[in-house]
Amino acid sequence: MNTPLNSFRNQPDDRGHFGQFGGRYVAETLMPLVLDLEREYRAAQADPAFAAEFDDLLEHYVGRPSPLYFAPRLTEELGGAQVWFKRDELNHTGAHKINNCIGQILLAMRMGKTRIIAETGAGQHGVATATVCARFGLPCVIYMGAEDVARQSPNVFRMKLLGAEVIPVTSGGATLKDAMNEGLRDWVANVHDTFYIIGTAAGPHPYPEMVRNFQSVIGKEARAQMLSRTGRLPDLLVACIGGGSNALGLFHPFLDDADVKMLGVEAAGHGLDGDEHAASLLGGSPGVLHGNRTYLLQDEDGQITEGHSISAGLDYPGIGPEHAWLKESGRVDYTAVTDDEALEGFQLLCRTEGIIPALEPAHAIAAVAKVAPTMPKDSIVLMNLCGRGDKDIFTVAEKLGVEL
Amino acid sequence: MTRLSTTFAASRPALVCFITAGDGYTAANLDALVEGGADVIELGMPFTDPMADGPAIQSANLRSLGAGTTTADVLRYATDFRARHPNVPLVLMGYANPMVRRGPEWFANAAAAAGVDGVICVDIPPEEDDALGPALRAKGIAPIRLATPTTDAARLPQVLSGSAGFIYYVSVAGITGKQQAVQASIEEAVARLKQSTDLPIAVGFGVRTPEQAAAIAKVADGVVVGSALVEICGEHGVDAPAKLRELTSALASAVHTARQEQAA
Repeated sequence: MNTPLNSFRNQPDDRGHFGQFGGRYVAETLMPLVLDLEREYRAAQADPAFAAEFDDLLEHYVGRPSPLYFAPRLTEELGGAQVWFKRDELNHTGAHKINNCIGQILLAMRMGKTRIIAETGAGQHGVATATVCARFGLPCVIYMGAEDVARQSPNVFRMKLLGAEVIPVTSGGATLKDAMNEGLRDWVANVHDTFYIIGTAAGPHPYPEMVRNFQSVIGKEARAQMLSRTGRLPDLLVACIGGGSNALGLFHPFLDDADVKMLGVEAAGHGLDGDEHAASLLGGSPGVLHGNRTYLLQDEDGQITEGHSISAGLDYPGIGPEHAWLKESGRVDYTAVTDDEALEGFQLLCRTEGIIPALEPAHAIAAVAKVAPTMPKDSIVLMNLCGRGDKDIFTVAEKLGVEL
Repeated sequence: MTRLSTTFAASRPALVCFITAGDGYTAANLDALVEGGADVIELGMPFTDPMADGPAIQSANLRSLGAGTTTADVLRYATDFRARHPNVPLVLMGYANPMVRRGPEWFANAAAAAGVDGVICVDIPPEEDDALGPALRAKGIAPIRLATPTTDAARLPQVLSGSAGFIYYVSVAGITGKQQAVQASIEEAVARLKQSTDLPIAVGFGVRTPEQAAAIAKVADGVVVGSALVEICGEHGVDAPAKLRELTSALASAVHTARQEQAA
């Protein structure tokens, strides 16, 4: 498909900038690697065999295409727009993360790298990375904040079953951003043989673009499925945002469909009026961290502050640079949903549709529950149901005061 | 002539000493480095996420921030240092975000007013020079770039272009305070850099002892020591200045006389 000159889909520029955001803010040791990665990625993009292998694995290993599902009882309960879900929670490993991991490990092998590292917060990206490493027989080291290791023990065990070495990170605040720091430290010390599989559409160029492109399978499928099922495009897309890869994956193929509105949902934690949230766009400001310029949670001196969310997957003090650009360009609207609202969204979906969502998309469900009733009954809301909730039942039980 | 060019124009190699601002008794620690014989001071700006640093300097960053150090404090340490030591070059070293938070011009103006001679920003490579470089140059502050073992010949001109003060050769692909590179690889790298630039070459990462420093000083214009000094700041608190003076003195003696031994 040719993109028009004023397209929203032709970012970033050749320096990896999305307007004033993005870029390659890395130490000199990593810079030649980041440039090499970009060259190799461009070569892979131009190679039909690479795309063929990616598509084959997505179909037969991940289980794509994921279904497009009309949610009748939720629609009836909300009383407004039709609510549809892109069912990426049905993927192998239970979330959208695997789409990106398949793409990156194929690239790693193409580059002759023999060792994989990754960071993880809640553990979903760690599990997806450990999964593709087991599938292709590559050693895998996962950096995970010591706090998160304690909170997410089932996922730690999954990673270990899959053969990964899980290294608890005790530096800094011992959460996701510290795990990412440790991943970068490992990479800088093992540049000759190691590939860093970044889990979201952030980091130095080309990661934000590359991760978005691997995840765009979500939006490409959804667009074709929606046209095929209803003969039209949706009126509104909704997705939750931590780093923002599932949202970009859904949004990007629709960006030039001017009549399709989009809503990104950040984690408001205990509320945007305090410090206990993870809403980088709505409650942060532009700065430089982890290789890119983007919106960050930070103080007046540029020190990074800890995010908070009931969902460990949204609990990151930054956001992918393309979202920062889409916000400033006005193409995508952003809102935020509190822990309590997400818990209600979680239970709403369980009750009405028999689907237990992850706490991350539960934020998007809460936003849908607010906006769908204000829309006409013949309009369509399409939400990315990007992960399933098995991993979260302990957190939810605790919040609801239930002893398991 | 700037303070940096004057220092590196001396007939002997220079000792470059790094400590983190706000970690312990900064003014006294800085004075101890100068008294011990440091030729150039690198003052680290603390950051919550020092992703190129090893455990020693990570801890120093967190201790400093835990003690409440602000950007204003760092600039005040610099201003006061300049008043006490009019001729010793002072370089701020740190990460992009605290430097660009209020805009690059704000930072360049403030650093210039504090008497800072150069700035090393770990995570602004030449590709992103616009983020800080032009503002520094406009104020006469040297943007000091890092060259590393991964900086190949094709890339080196880009690293050198727009650099000033000196080139900081990071002798190992890795983080601060870990293993030292083998001497032969350092000699080869310095020789390669010197073919491409007239800027002085200072070598750092993993240099802890006078013996290591002396070996590097035989071929390089400067030797950078950081983690070993930072560890003293962390372990000895109010007693750190005496210990810093002792180690700096041994390092300075080794660095300053390294080529005399060679000639003898």
